[in-house]
Order: sequence, then C-alpha cells, then structure tokens
Amino acid sequence: MDVSVKNLRKEFDRYPALHDVSLDIRSGELIALLGPSGSGKTTLLRLIAGLEQPTLGSIHFGDEDASHKTVQERNIGFVFQHYALFRHMTVADNIAFGLTVRPRGERPPKAEIRRRVSELLEMVQLSGLEKRYPNQLSGGQRQRVALARAMAIEPRVLLLDEPFGALDAKVRKELRRWLREFHDRTGHTTVFVTHDQEEALELADRVVVMSQGKIEQVGSSDDVYDRPNSPFVFSFIGDSASVPVSIVDGSVRFRGDEIGVAAPEGDIVSGEATLFFRPQDVAVVTDPSAPALEGRVVTSRRLAGTRIADLDIGGADDPLHVEIEVPLDAQAANGTSIRFRPLRFKLFAK
Amino acid sequence: MAHKSSRRLRSPTTEAPAARYTLMALAFLFLTLFLLLPLVAVFIEAFRKGTAEFLAAFGDPDTLAAIRLTLLVAVIAVPLNLVFGVAAAWAIAKFEFKGKAFLTTLIDLPFSVSPVISGLVYVLLFGAGSVLGPWLKSHGIEILFAVPGIVLATIFVTFPFVARELIPLMQEQGTGDEEAALSLGASGWQTFWYVTLPNIKWGLLYGVLLCNARAMGEFGAVSVVSGHIRGLTNTMPLHVEILYNEYNFVAAFAVASLLAALALVTLIVKTALELHYGAEIAAGRKH
Repeated sequence: MDVSVKNLRKEFDRYPALHDVSLDIRSGELIALLGPSGSGKTTLLRLIAGLEQPTLGSIHFGDEDASHKTVQERNIGFVFQHYALFRHMTVADNIAFGLTVRPRGERPPKAEIRRRVSELLEMVQLSGLEKRYPNQLSGGQRQRVALARAMAIEPRVLLLDEPFGALDAKVRKELRRWLREFHDRTGHTTVFVTHDQEEALELADRVVVMSQGKIEQVGSSDDVYDRPNSPFVFSFIGDSASVPVSIVDGSVRFRGDEIGVAAPEGDIVSGEATLFFRPQDVAVVTDPSAPALEGRVVTSRRLAGTRIADLDIGGADDPLHVEIEVPLDAQAANGTSIRFRPLRFKLFAK
Repeated sequence: MAHKSSRRLRSPTTEAPAARYTLMALAFLFLTLFLLLPLVAVFIEAFRKGTAEFLAAFGDPDTLAAIRLTLLVAVIAVPLNLVFGVAAAWAIAKFEFKGKAFLTTLIDLPFSVSPVISGLVYVLLFGAGSVLGPWLKSHGIEILFAVPGIVLATIFVTFPFVARELIPLMQEQGTGDEEAALSLGASGWQTFWYVTLPNIKWGLLYGVLLCNARAMGEFGAVSVVSGHIRGLTNTMPLHVEILYNEYNFVAAFAVASLLAALALVTLIVKTALELHYGAEIAAGRKH
C-alpha cells in the first residue's frame, strides 16, 4: 500500500511540531524516520496512524484520502515504543484482541482466531508462550508479541515507534536483523521511527532524515551518508568535522591561506562557506611546501583498528577542533603538528 | 585498619536503639489510647448486659428501619459515585481541557468542607424558604427530611473517594494501552471495557470500599437533612445518637458495634487489597 503525506502541518498549542512535510512511501518499502528528539518524527508517525489529527495537509493510503478517517478505520498496525501490551491478558489474548473486538458479522469464529494466533506466534518465533502474561516475558519477546498483535489485523501499513529503543544492545542487533527478514518475508509497507542512525542505515530501504519539524533529506543509506544535502545531515549522520572557509575564485581558503582544496565545478565560486568532511576521508600531507590544513594534536586515541587524532587547527587564540583519522604508525604525540587535506568533502554556502 | 565499632556498621538512615524504641512506644501508646481503647469500649458496652440484650436491640422495628435505610442509601450512593468517579478520573487523567485544574479542586471540595455545611447547602437549596422549595412542595416532591435528601447529602460527602483513588493511577498508566486498543480497531466502549477497566480494577475496588464505609457512617451532613423521623429518616449513625440520648446504652452500643464491625471489615479487606493491588501495580510498572 502506497502512503503519501502532503503538506502536513501539526501544531501543539500553536507550537508547530511539523512544518509542511511531504513524503511518498512506496508499497512494500521499509522506511526509517531518523532524527534527534524533537525533530517531529514520532509526530509524523502518529499522524499517519491517525492517533493525531493534522492542523493542515492530507494523508493518502493508495488513492484513498485517509485524512478524515479514524485510527480504527485506517487499518494500520502500530507497535508502541513501550509495546503497550495489555498486562491482564495472556499473550494469546493480546494477539487475538484485534480480531475479538470486531463486530459480530466480521469476527472470525473462535477456532479460526486460535489458528491465526498460533500462526502469528510461529511467525514471531514464540510458539508455546500463548498462556504467558506480558510481565513473564523478556523485552525482546514483548516486542515480538506487540508486532504479532499488530499483524493480526492484517494491516495495510505497519508503523513502529522506536521499536528497539527499550532493549539492550545485543538484543537490539538481533531483533534488527530479524525485523529485516520479517519485512522481506511479509512485504508489508513499514515505517519505523528511530534516533539511532546505525539502526536506520542498516535496516531501511530509504531513510528520512528529520530536524526541527522538517524533512532534511530522503534517500538510501548511501545517499544520506555519502551525499548529505545539508549541513545538518552531514553532521547528524556519521562523524564529521566542519571548518568555516572562504572561497576565492574556486580555491578554498582557511583564514586566508590556501589549503590545497578546490571547490568542485558548478559549486560555489566565491564567498563564505562551511567545509564538511569525515575523519576517514583525509590524507596526511608530508611535503611542507604543499598547501594543507595544519593542526596541533590535542589528544589522540586508539579506536579499534584506527587512530583518531583531535587536532586544533585554529591556534591558541581562536581554537578550532577537528577529528581526523591518522595511520596507526603516524607520529601523533600530543603537541606535535599534523598537516592534512580532505580528500572527499562538501561545501555549504553560509 | 582494624578500627571497627558498632556505630560504623549501622545503616546511615537508622537511629540509635533508644531513639527507635521511644518512637515506636510512643506510636503504639498513642494508637492504643486513642483508637484501640474506644473501639474495644464500644463492644464491651454493647455486651454489658449479655448477648440476649445485645440481640434484643435488633428486634426493635426502628433499629431495623435504620439499618435498612443505611443500606438503601449506600446501595444508591455508592454505584452513582462509582460512575461519577470513573468519569471524572477519566476526564482528568486522559484528556487535556480548559478548567481541568478547577475540576480537580472541585472534586476535593467535599473533603475540605465541613459535613454540616454540606448538609446545610441542601437545606438552603431545597428548604421551604428557598427558590425551589415552594415549587417542590406544590408538586408533592419531598427531598428535605426524606430519603432523597439523605441520599443527595451522602453522594456529596462521598464523591471524592473513587475519583481520588483513580486519578493518580490512571495518570501513571497514561494512554498507551488505550491507543493500542484503538489502533487494533476497538471502539471507545470496548477499549474502556476490555482495557481501561481491568487496568484500574483494584484501585476502583479500593475506592468503592472507602466510599461505602463513609456512606454508611456519615453523620454530620445526613443529620442536617434527615429531620430525625424515627423509623423513616434515621440512618444507623443517627439512630445511635437517639438511643444514646435516651439512655438506652446497650441498644446504642449494639448498633454502634455493627458500624464498628463494618469499619473493621473494611480495614481488613483494604489491607488484603493493598497486598494484592501493590503486586499488581509493581507488575504494571515492569513494562
């Protein structure tokens, strides 16, 4: 089921949580809404579900305008951050809930409901736990019960709010992979909210990066990591360094000096800009006469297979810290000087 | 360093034994003097002239009428306050609206106002000298000095119990479970019945129990609106007073012992509920 959101705006007590957001979600896609807290990602998810009503704009499920439909009529599967399992019901009753509350005419017979429940439990690999209560399950099991419960109503779209937020790191990784397989098997259009970029980049077909109630960029993991389209996306996803520069005739200068970097053709020709690059996309320059950025090592630390040096490239009067990756055998003692040049970078006009 | 002393081993929040025992003794002494002794006295006085006299007190038709009236008032007032209490707690805990703070204060009003004033309010509202009085009289509706007045005063006085018990509980539980039920296609009524109500059942029972105890025991407000008509508008507490004033001590204390027994049963059930309800809340907090 395609879902499209058009010019959505949501205000809480006149404070806008979403400004004019538009997004097309393709049928069968696994999409991540990624952003820091307060970016409006959960609001967007709840608007799609019908748990909130938009101030302006519309939501379409396929060709149908769902904007004025209630949450019950939208037929969505929603998995809540803390699962919201019904604590006084067994696992089986929780999963069957969406079927048992149907009006008599549409409700499947009891035996059919029981069959569906055991099918769903098998699908989430929890067969045999029918009679347990939610507080007798581990976090990961609760998560999967919540998912089975949402799937029981055969939803048109599956919406997950921070699906792994309340789990420990190891279980989170396992469940992440499991959810990806689950999605590939069932083929449901799925939208999940996360503030964890690693989760979004690993799991999603497309990532929607949000900030301050706006969509910053929509694209594949490669798009948002390798080709960030805004300073926010560049600094939010992955590690990065930013340096204020000026561009004169296509040549990038830091505090007046050339640094051996040229603005790409068709990019900014002259003016003030910010230079972004990732710590690993630099080359150490050994030729003392070649133009480069130069910094004094403040600290350096070993990080798994690499060494990260924290450099001050501004000097004592106006320090500016950047982190770069240096070869493991590089001289990176504190106080020594390192000259380097970004190999891959992006310039954003100020 | 082998520098150990018993002072060091004590937990930082524990006082010296002398201080502890003094505090405990004081608390027990106080409770015995002011709570336990009077309660025991009620039963001693009731049985002073033997079991036969005690039972004879309940043969009096006026006493039986008082017991019946008390039960009738509780049977009307408690269910109504259960419904009002759940509705008010629901509104306050789950919705945002203007005047919410005002409503919360209003719920506490019966606790902060003297019961006598609560009764007087109804006298002013429905009495002969009021605006409504003549109209009611011309239509043959009796409220004051009749059962309806007693029921109204009791409802007023016992209103906060259920609501006060439920508001913090429902606020803590939030609206997550309800949203989940709605997203699964449940109607508002189904959501209330299958999700909200089971989540609050212990708190609700606890509130109803306290509400009932007060409804049966209320004196001040009921006294003002009752008119003290024997066999007609006397509830048990009012009847105790009348018997006592007539120097019929055995009968007075016999009826009083019934009320005291009600209080004891309430206390026992409440404690049992707390044990259960405490575990339930802890289970609820786990996820």
